[in-house]
Amino acid sequence: MSTFSAIGDEREIDRDEYTPGVEPQPTWCPGCGDFSVLKALKQALPEVGRTPEETLLCTGIGCSGKLNSYLDTYGFHTIHGRSLPVARAAKLANPDLEVIAAGGDGDGYGIGGNHFIHTARENHDMTYIVFNNEIFGLTKGQTSPTSPKGHKSKTQPAGSAKEPIKPLSMSLNAGASYVARTAAVNPNQAKEILIEAIEHDGFAHVDFLTQCPTWNKDARQYVPYIDVNESDDYDFDKTDRVEAAEMMRKTEESLYEGEVLTGRFYVDEDRPSYGEEKRAIGEMPDEPLAERYWDDDYEWERSYDKFLDKHA
Amino acid sequence: MTDDELIWRISGGSGDGIASTSQNFAKALMRSGLNVFTHRHYPSRIRGGHTYTEVRAASDPVRSRGDGYNFLLALGDSFARNPQEEAVYGNEEIKPLSENLDELREGGVIVYDEGLLDASEIPDFEERAEENDWHVYPLDLRGLARDMGREVMRNTAGVGATCALTGMDLKHVEDLMRDAMPEKILEPNIEILETAYEQVKEEYDVDAPDVTVPTGEHDEEQLLMSGSDAISYGAIDEGCRFIAGYPMTPWTEVFTIMTKNLPKLGGISEQVEDEIAAAALAVGASHAGVKAMSGSSGGGFALMSEPLGLAEMTETPVVLVEAMRAGPSTGMPTKPEQSDLEHVLYTSQGDSQRVVLAPGTVEEAYEQSRIAFRLAYEYQIPSILLYDQKLGGELVNVPKSHFDRDPNPTLGKTLSEDALAEEPHSEDGKFHRFQHDVEDGVSPRSIPGQKGGRFLATGNEHSPTGHIAESPDNRVAQIDRRTQKLEAIRADLDQEDTGSYAGPDDAQYGILTFGSQQGTVEEAVDRLNDAGVSVKSYGVSDMLPFPTEQVEAFVESVDEVLVVEMTASGQFRGLVQKNLGRYGEKLSSLLKYNGNPFEPAEIVDGFEASIVEGDGDASGHQTTFVPAAGD
Repeated sequence: MSTFSAIGDEREIDRDEYTPGVEPQPTWCPGCGDFSVLKALKQALPEVGRTPEETLLCTGIGCSGKLNSYLDTYGFHTIHGRSLPVARAAKLANPDLEVIAAGGDGDGYGIGGNHFIHTARENHDMTYIVFNNEIFGLTKGQTSPTSPKGHKSKTQPAGSAKEPIKPLSMSLNAGASYVARTAAVNPNQAKEILIEAIEHDGFAHVDFLTQCPTWNKDARQYVPYIDVNESDDYDFDKTDRVEAAEMMRKTEESLYEGEVLTGRFYVDEDRPSYGEEKRAIGEMPDEPLAERYWDDDYEWERSYDKFLDKHA
Repeated sequence: MTDDELIWRISGGSGDGIASTSQNFAKALMRSGLNVFTHRHYPSRIRGGHTYTEVRAASDPVRSRGDGYNFLLALGDSFARNPQEEAVYGNEEIKPLSENLDELREGGVIVYDEGLLDASEIPDFEERAEENDWHVYPLDLRGLARDMGREVMRNTAGVGATCALTGMDLKHVEDLMRDAMPEKILEPNIEILETAYEQVKEEYDVDAPDVTVPTGEHDEEQLLMSGSDAISYGAIDEGCRFIAGYPMTPWTEVFTIMTKNLPKLGGISEQVEDEIAAAALAVGASHAGVKAMSGSSGGGFALMSEPLGLAEMTETPVVLVEAMRAGPSTGMPTKPEQSDLEHVLYTSQGDSQRVVLAPGTVEEAYEQSRIAFRLAYEYQIPSILLYDQKLGGELVNVPKSHFDRDPNPTLGKTLSEDALAEEPHSEDGKFHRFQHDVEDGVSPRSIPGQKGGRFLATGNEHSPTGHIAESPDNRVAQIDRRTQKLEAIRADLDQEDTGSYAGPDDAQYGILTFGSQQGTVEEAVDRLNDAGVSVKSYGVSDMLPFPTEQVEAFVESVDEVLVVEMTASGQFRGLVQKNLGRYGEKLSSLLKYNGNPFEPAEIVDGFEASIVEGDGDASGHQTTFVPAAGD
């Protein structure tokens, strides 16, 4: 039996395999957009052929972090804002794992913003799903980094004086090689985008509009949604940075004017992933590092033999 | 003690090659058969500013910097700021000479580069030289180097002059230069070395040197190594193949040594956006089945508090190193202090559990780096290796045989897929990663990608499968189990005492210290005993779990104890009292926090005044005495 026999296991996967026995029913509020992320993942993972035990899902803190409790894979429910550094290290340690990170807009664009920028910049081969509900949900409705200017809450009683973060533009500028936005109200597109994102060889960022009916908008406020790749009103080349940037700008502005634009905004299939870059300069082994610890024939080097002569 | 040792100090500015020249000279002395110990003093500046390195060499073992020094090679600070302009730092050009005079012993030698330094700018220089019987040799090292090739090689000229004035055989230095220098610069350097040597011999009567290089012999091969080297090699020999970090003085040394070596071993080093990420990456890599580490210094380590707590709660093995420097905040970046002790012991919320080891010597640094990894992985707990700028940067000779040991790449209690199949699972197939009742509190783990091993790691309190759980029974069971690990680790550590003892067992008095001050304390203990004072010392390395029994036995066995540490608030003494719960009337403190490590004489003086003479004034110019609670 090999060390990690779940990896590369070719078999039919039943969607129910991802449903945990401990807590099959999520505790999210009725009408919450988070259900759609869970459902889309349960659809996408079998389609890309990734079983629960070859998948590592790393989450942050918040309603989004509960995804780990309701999607039965190997899981690491980390701390607020830190899912990305945990996830990308796991990918470096064992590139054969399917690594997915997820968190909310406060988690990813606020407290974890630095990690978001740098993980995108490095183009790690992983998927990052941001549950963007434009609010802090679990802590009961405070203004978040994507809340619109003027948003009133108990922490911003006079209305926020800040412009919201522009997540798609930020992602593009930081270096993500796949940038998309989908919405909970559009399950078919969400599933398709997640499949593409998981299969993409590089950092795939999916800004997932998840309505928060308790503290912010309900589902109706994300309807109608427009798929910019299919609509005749928009014509842009998603492989062209400049055109993608312009489309993102429009999309980010129009969200706050009530127009919900979704789709693939930027796709670069040519950029090597971070693992490939690192292997090319001899700073990462070809075989997954995690395998080595189980290889009985591996000759572990000693500093005594390798490095001490220069001290003599 | 003073006659049979050379303490050579080379001074100049940052960027003048003080570190590399002193390292080569120390190695030449080591190869000649001597024991060596270096002490570095430098500013947080890329170019210029008062810098020196001391090399202490003797035929007997040396465990510390000395008291003062006896040979000064003062080069110029080629990056000193213009003395004509008013500067807060004073006249920097003359500092390589002026700043080093106070600690020069009587009868000492001064060689200074008269091409760059003008001794007449120093008030009363001649009087002081006469008073202290200093032997002064103004040499135009810069001019000599310029005539022969390149001005920057004036350091070599200074080494040549040193050899001529101390009776050291040039051969040792030349051999070393041949090994260390690239062809292109080797020949002019050798030429400069020899010319300076000959010129000094011709110009001065050096048949009876004022300060001589002692001679010695090693009975086995020696290596010149720093604490940072030793920590890195310990990690490598424990199978660590992943490091993540962010630069910060003085931790950067371990980070760069690992980064240089890991790719040669098929390992991975990651320089990342901040220390939160660095520690989180180490946790992520370890979770995925690789032996991993990270580290930082004070301020950077502060950022690691949350990932540290996550590692504790998820029982993810990880090793962090903390290279202390003088705080608070940015403090004094290049100066040693031990005042991060409490920070490292207590940072991160909740009843958190970790291992903290503070090695006292370069040899212990290697050993305890290995122990830190072994404990982290066997007990699934973060281990922190706590050291400081002094131990990290000082170079000492260590027998090569110390490192001739087997590697240990084992992951600890980690299950194969076959073994996993035999372990408890929930009905839905989830592995019970965090079982309540297990030996030593250590529940075996699985690695992502293994069949039959899936579980949830979470910073929330959790059930045996890792599912978030807040029931009182589960909470108590999990906390008790995690706490139990520390008891098991204490028992494990007790099998091989990591402490260091010096002085007679039946001594009347005791000195307690921890970490890098150990060698200096031990030298002071030898001197005190030679002077008829009955005293012994105990250098403690295990900060957590604390060796309460051993420390209590030590305190119990003597009349009074002086606790020596480089903190202003007596943090180590506080830790001792916290763990012992009494003896407050027996413990007094000798503290130093001026940015320089203790010299042995300061400990001797402090001990004599405070303990032997009772209520005498034990505080020296730069040390502080805090009496026992009962006094």
